[in-house]
Amino acid sequence: MKIHFLCRKDVRRMIMTLFVVFLFAPVSAWAHVESGQAGGFFSGLSHPVSGLDHVLAMVAVGLWGAQLGRPAIWLLPVAFPMMMAFGGMLGLMGIPVPGIEIGIAVSGIVLGALILGETKMPMIGALIVVAFFAIFHGHAHGTELEAGQNAMLYSMGFVICTGTLHAIGIGMGLVHRWKFGRLALRGAGSVVMAGGLYFLWGALS
Amino acid sequence: MKMIHASILPTLALLVLSPQAALAHLVTSGLGPFYDGALHLAISPDDLLGLVAVTLLAGLCGARAGRLTVFSLSLSWFIAGLVGLNLPVTIDLPWLSILSFLVLGVLVAINPKMHPKVVASLAGLFGLIHGLFNGSALAAIGAGPLALTGIVVTVLVIALLISAFVVSLHAAWTRIAVRVAGSWVAAVGMLMFGWLVRGTG
Repeated sequence: MKIHFLCRKDVRRMIMTLFVVFLFAPVSAWAHVESGQAGGFFSGLSHPVSGLDHVLAMVAVGLWGAQLGRPAIWLLPVAFPMMMAFGGMLGLMGIPVPGIEIGIAVSGIVLGALILGETKMPMIGALIVVAFFAIFHGHAHGTELEAGQNAMLYSMGFVICTGTLHAIGIGMGLVHRWKFGRLALRGAGSVVMAGGLYFLWGALS
Repeated sequence: MKMIHASILPTLALLVLSPQAALAHLVTSGLGPFYDGALHLAISPDDLLGLVAVTLLAGLCGARAGRLTVFSLSLSWFIAGLVGLNLPVTIDLPWLSILSFLVLGVLVAINPKMHPKVVASLAGLFGLIHGLFNGSALAAIGAGPLALTGIVVTVLVIALLISAFVVSLHAAWTRIAVRVAGSWVAAVGMLMFGWLVRGTG
């Protein structure tokens, strides 16, 4: 192997090459303050409570779980965030789910009706209902990350807030042990159902 | 004889030797590399989520699983970290990192009956993966074994505290709360896979 280095022409070419490579070498721009990292968490945390349609469904899952008793009281709030995340994953992958807004509104109507009617159903049926609607909520809300924010922290905030809304629903649903509480719970179901109808009206008009 | 054009060598040398931005992060505590390493988990939610999930799982599976996990997790993290420190390349496989805490989150949520040695093996595998990632990332930013020791001591302390806490839980609702936490970890993992596919994660 023979290498030419000493020729003046080659030296000039070397210098030119180095100059061009330095000129066009990509470098990271560090001239920004990393303000979006923690912001991602708070953005995710606040996102579920920013839409009443989402809040109604999350709380309704907790209410219905409390109404159904064990094991639904904890199985439904475990299933919902996981299936919601699955829906979010579909959205992020660009896999479309038809009728998202209608699905979200119908989730309020169906969950509200189930609470209103104090409907008992097999555990697997309840899981399927909740899991089905969770996909719509995840697809719609799980993908709305603001630019520059940390996706991991956003996801954590989003899931924690959703779980907390379930917990609030369960907490409210514990009044089910008293007679007046059972009535109040059914009344809450009618409110959720009315909310779902309102959102369905909005989605269809 | 084959001639090599003179301009190729400096170009190659420049590309190979030019410093790249090391995206591995190590918070600067101002207290030295050990504490810089100790604070690493505070800014690495993917490491932290998996660590929390595996120690929750160990705690759910009982005291023996907890003891074995604390030992196997810390040791494997340290050994793999030392290997990573000596690697010439930075290993960064975000999908593997996400998959590890997604699987562990699902296991916590469904809480299957697992032998303590199986739990400890899973923890060891998790420690190997993240230790290797941490070690190679530390090498890329010029940090040494002291920073790795800081990370591993923090892992040890967190694993010890969480698994001991979960072992001490006896009321049914408290164990359910642990499983709910596992489902949250799994949910974050699924969303992160989506972000990864989209190119944001």
